[in-house]
Amino acid sequence: MSPPLVEVSAISRSYAMRSGMFGRATAVHAVDGVSLAIAKGQTLGLVGESGSGKSTTGRIVLGLEPPDRGEVRFDGKPMAMPATAAWRAQRARMQMIFQDPLGALDRRLPVATQIREPLDIHGIGTPADREERVRGLLRAVELTPAHGARYPGALSGGQRQRIVLARALATKPDFLVCDEPVSALDVSIQAQVVNLLCDLQAELSLTLLFISHDLRVIRQISNIVAVMYLGRIVEIGSADDLFARPEHPYTQALVSASPAPGRRSAGRIVLAGDPPNPAARPQGCAFHPRCPRAIARCASEVPALSAVGGDRQVACHLVTGAQTRDAA
Amino acid sequence: MAPLVNIAGLSVAFSGVPVLRGVDLTLHKGEALGLVGESGSGKSVTWLAALGLLPRHAQVSGKVRLEGREILGAPATELDRVRGGRIAMIFQDPASSLNPVLTIRRQLCEALALHRDLQGNAVRAEARRLLDLVGIPDAGRRLDAYPHEFSGGQVQRIMIAMALAGNPGLLIADEPTTALDATIQAQILELLSTVRRELGMALVLISHDLGVVAENCDRVAVMYAGRIVEEAPSNQLFADPAHPYAQGLIGALPPLDGPRRRLTAIPGTVPDPAKMPGGCAFAPRCALASEPCGLAAPSLAPIADDRRVACIRAEASRRALLGIAAE
Repeated sequence: MSPPLVEVSAISRSYAMRSGMFGRATAVHAVDGVSLAIAKGQTLGLVGESGSGKSTTGRIVLGLEPPDRGEVRFDGKPMAMPATAAWRAQRARMQMIFQDPLGALDRRLPVATQIREPLDIHGIGTPADREERVRGLLRAVELTPAHGARYPGALSGGQRQRIVLARALATKPDFLVCDEPVSALDVSIQAQVVNLLCDLQAELSLTLLFISHDLRVIRQISNIVAVMYLGRIVEIGSADDLFARPEHPYTQALVSASPAPGRRSAGRIVLAGDPPNPAARPQGCAFHPRCPRAIARCASEVPALSAVGGDRQVACHLVTGAQTRDAA
Repeated sequence: MAPLVNIAGLSVAFSGVPVLRGVDLTLHKGEALGLVGESGSGKSVTWLAALGLLPRHAQVSGKVRLEGREILGAPATELDRVRGGRIAMIFQDPASSLNPVLTIRRQLCEALALHRDLQGNAVRAEARRLLDLVGIPDAGRRLDAYPHEFSGGQVQRIMIAMALAGNPGLLIADEPTTALDATIQAQILELLSTVRRELGMALVLISHDLGVVAENCDRVAVMYAGRIVEEAPSNQLFADPAHPYAQGLIGALPPLDGPRRRLTAIPGTVPDPAKMPGGCAFAPRCALASEPCGLAAPSLAPIADDRRVACIRAEASRRALLGIAAE
C-alpha cells in the first residue's frame, strides 16, 4: 500500500475556558491524542456528536490551528510554518468546505469571481486561463456560466454548496476537508451533492476527510470511518461493516439511535444522560457514565484504541481483544 | 367517531404568493400523524395557519374544525383557550422558546395559571409533577433554575412539560429534535411516545427526517410545494411509496446497512412559490411526467384503504418501482 497522503499522529488540542468573568480558567481538551492516516484517493469519515472534537480535528489537519502536541504530516512532510512560502504552496493542495455555504461566500461578489479568487491568490495561469478554468469548474459541479454571473443570494442552498465546492477545487487540491457539507441541505439536494462529491473524487482522485454527525451520509461516502467521543477516537474501521457490526457501546447506541424507515423503534438503545461537557471529562473511559455495560474498571482506566481483528480498532475494556496499553 | 381536527381546503398566501395551496387533513383522537417534506413545503405553515399564529398580512382561507367547531378566524378569546389548552405546540429551537431571565418555575406556573383552574400550592405541585413526568432529575430543586442551566435536551423536555400544562388533546411538535444530537434525539422521541401513550394525546410530528417520522407515527403525509402529495400508514409508505416524489425522498436516503448504491437524487430544485409551474408542481422534476401532468394539478385521490395520492401517474410509478424491485 502506498504511504498515506495525510498522517496525523497523536494530536491534542485544548482551550482555556473561563466560567464567568472572574472564574478560574479550566482546560477543555477538545482533541486528545487522535491519530489517523488517510491513503491517497480514500475518504475517511469522522462521526460524532457536538463537542466530540471532530471539527477541531479537521481544522488541525488543515493547519488552520496548531496542535498542542502531536504532528500532522502531509505527503510525507510535516506541515510548514504558517505564513511562509512553503505553507502557501502546501495550502493550495488542501482545501476546506464548511456547513453553511452562504456564510462561506461573499454576498456582494458574483460567484464566478469568488471561484476565481484562489487562482488569483496563488497566481495560477494567465487571466484568460483563469476565466477558462472557472467555466470548467462550473461545468464540473453541474452549473452553467449563467449561474456564475449571479450573486450568492440568487442561488439555492444546493447551488451555493456547489459553488463552494468549485472554489475549493480551483487550485486542483489533493486533499479536501469537508465539515458537515450537506447537513444544511434538504434530503433530495443532499443526495445530489453527495453523488457529485463521489463523482468528483473518483475523477480527480481526491483524498477526503469528511466530517458529519449523519451516519448515513458518512457511510455513503467513506472508505474508513472513525467514531469520536469527547476528543478521542473510540472506534475505527471500514465503512462497510462498522455500522453493520458496531463493537463499541457508544457506536452501538449511535447506530441504534439512527431512525430507519420501515423499522419500529423496538430494541433501541436509548442512552441515559446528556453528552458530557468537554470541560468536565469523566475519569477513566469518558463514556462510562452513560455506558449501559460499564464495569468498575471503566471508571478508573482509560481504554486504549487497539485492534480487535480485521481492520477494526476499538477503545473499550469490554470488547474482546482490546488490551489496555499505556496510552503514551 | 368525529375527528379531533379536520382541515379542509386550507390555503395561505403571503402578499399574493401562495405558499399553501389547499390542504385537506384529518386527525383522530390519540393518533400520531407525521408530516414530512423539504423546507418550504408548507408543513409548519399548515399548523401556524390553523392556529391563527401567522402574521396579519397572511391571507388564510379554508376550514379548520377542532372537535366540530370552526377555529379558523375565531375570536381571540376562543383561540386563547385552544392554543396551549386543547392544542399545544413545541418548536425546533427550545432555547429561544423560553425566557432566559425567568426561572423554570415562573414559566411553568404561568402556563398552568393560564390554562388550568389551579391556585397557590396546587400550581407548584403540578409544575413539579410535570417536570418529573418529562424526566428532569431532581425536579423539586431544578424548578428554581434558569433555562441556561439546562442542556439542550433538557430544555426540550421542559418545553414538552410546558406544552402538557394545559392537558392538550393534541401536541404539534415542529422539528422537535432537529437541533439535538443523535443520542438525545432518541431520548426525546421516546419521551414523546411515552407521554402520548400515557395521556392518550394525539401528536403531529413535523420533520424533514423520514426515519424519525416513520418510526414514531401511525400515518404519514408527504408535502410538496404547499400540497399533500401522498398520505398513507407509515409502514406502507416506506415499503411501497406511490408518489414519485415520495419514492424520490426514500431513494435519496443513504442506506445504513447492506450494499452501498448510488443515491437516486431528485434532479432540480423545489419550485419558487411565485413561479409555480402549471399543473402538477412536481412535474418538472419528475422522471415519469407526461403531457397531462402539465395541464391540471392532480387532486389527492384514494388508491386503497387509508391511502391517498395526488398523481395521475401513480399506478405507472408503482409498477415501475415494483419492476425495479423484482429485478
